[in-house]
Amino acid sequence: MTTAPVTKKSIFNRPEKAYVHPYLGGIILGIVLFLAFFLTGNGLGSSGATSRIDALIVDSISPSHVDNNPYLLKMAGGDKNPLDDWILPVFIGALLGGFSSGLFNGRLKFMTTKGPNISNRTRWLMAFLGGTLFLYGARMARGCTSGQALSGGATLSAGSWVVMFAIFGGAYGLAYFVRKLWN
Amino acid sequence: MNFPLPEFIAVSAANPWTYVLFGVIGFAFGFALEMSGFGDSRKLAAQFYFTELTVLKVMFTAIVTAMVLLFGAVGLGILDFSQVWVNPTYLWSGILGGLIMGVGFIVGGFCPTTSLASASTGKIDGMFFMLGGFVGAFLFGETEQYFTQWYNNAGYFGRLTLDQVFGIPMGWVVLLVVLMALFMFWGSEQLERIVGKKDMSKEPKLRIAGAGVLVALALGIVLIGQPSFEQKYSKVTFNREIDGQKVAVDADTALAKRLMQITPAEVFKTKYTQSINLVMLDVRPESDYNLYHVNGALNVPLDKLSRIIPDLLTEPPSNSVFVLMSNDETAATEAWKLLVASSVPNVYILEGGINNWIAFFGEGEDFQSASSTDDDQLKYIFPAALGNNYESCDPNPQEYEDLDFEAKIKLELKRDKSGGGCG
Repeated sequence: MTTAPVTKKSIFNRPEKAYVHPYLGGIILGIVLFLAFFLTGNGLGSSGATSRIDALIVDSISPSHVDNNPYLLKMAGGDKNPLDDWILPVFIGALLGGFSSGLFNGRLKFMTTKGPNISNRTRWLMAFLGGTLFLYGARMARGCTSGQALSGGATLSAGSWVVMFAIFGGAYGLAYFVRKLWN
Repeated sequence: MNFPLPEFIAVSAANPWTYVLFGVIGFAFGFALEMSGFGDSRKLAAQFYFTELTVLKVMFTAIVTAMVLLFGAVGLGILDFSQVWVNPTYLWSGILGGLIMGVGFIVGGFCPTTSLASASTGKIDGMFFMLGGFVGAFLFGETEQYFTQWYNNAGYFGRLTLDQVFGIPMGWVVLLVVLMALFMFWGSEQLERIVGKKDMSKEPKLRIAGAGVLVALALGIVLIGQPSFEQKYSKVTFNREIDGQKVAVDADTALAKRLMQITPAEVFKTKYTQSINLVMLDVRPESDYNLYHVNGALNVPLDKLSRIIPDLLTEPPSNSVFVLMSNDETAATEAWKLLVASSVPNVYILEGGINNWIAFFGEGEDFQSASSTDDDQLKYIFPAALGNNYESCDPNPQEYEDLDFEAKIKLELKRDKSGGGCG
């Protein structure tokens, strides 16, 4: 006698659902972005939180280093708390929101997303390197794909449109040379 | 024009709800990214090999949706665009930073926020990307000092929007961006069909209707236009306490009740008030300014004032108080109307203008009275164009330590724009 495979229906083991259609996802994201501007005057972002958390770590290890670094001074100088900024609740909210969507749609799973021809270790190293480069560039450009491309794009900031095209330019320019990573 | 909500422009420990609201916005942000598939680096990287253009579709749909809603709300007069954070333009650091980000994108497979969606759903590569991000941001903080001049000045244009760049009304820019996005969507679908071998016949027909709705909304924004100076001015209100009652007065009433005209004594005292950053704007022609001006006042002739409004909204810290001065009050009042209609906070007029300043502080000087009695002309004759070198241009704070005046400045704390945005 054959039995149908038992699917355990705990919240951590839901059947994996398909992603929403890109245009629908975009509309939802656009409405969230609009509401952020409409209610608070600020757009969306996350890379600013990364450097603020960094500033907090540096400040707790070596406050005098902060005082000698004008970039950190702006965020953590004196009795300033680098975490006291709107971007921190957005950052934490985004982590929780991503987790919740994964939870409801059955996509919570320890795994590595990578191209078929590289090992997990290579992928981890490249992700780490990519993250380092990306955040370095994001701080230089004063915002990432969210803070510049999405938010500045929607408010028609001239500089943000330039940043957006530069991001795509950089990625397309290098894509051919790193194709082994993904294909 | 009641939005954005002034109490939610920044987080504040005094109002814990601000943390909640920004947290909810972030939650929706992360949720929307994850459900669009941005937790999976393969989906993101596929964008750059033309097999699946989800990144472009989601991103541009989000941009045009938010843009149409935003400028629709601005056009209808319910959202004040001058209080919306617009990323200032730093051309060269933006280009170089953008290119570096692009390299990070294709090598790492994520961008910062998508790595949050990825890491939070258990993707190990997403966690490594986040970790690398902390290192990258740290390295930037450590190296910024070596190119800080370039970083803060190269190609700086302040708050610059595309309508200013192209010299066309905002509504037309909105329409053009919508059309460009639709063209890119069409192109993406062709690429997915040819390179990605995707069967496009299964795509929902509804997307064509959606495109139609977008174009219609954009046309609507062109038609209603953006609010005029008069419309914005008529909505300006000030909260003041009159006879022990808190009331909101409109701009014309505030002028008539002389709530906005501050005495030379108050301007002088404010200059030495630590908690206030006083910005004096002299709106007279340059010739008058060269003859005599208050020490520290910047000359911005009335016809050039509109050009510096974007800087007034973004540059000075939030505790700035702007005092406008002309010979009497006429030009300064015109300037005041322009600035308050543009949502510049804390703008006041020097009562009686420069003539009154000289009458008040210029006792020791032997200026002759001019014969001219025309409005807003200098009432004194100056032996030479000494600018701010007369004694009364910069009165001695010890000599004038005790001054009696009715303090009218009410500091309205608005957003500190220099710290806004992602930075």
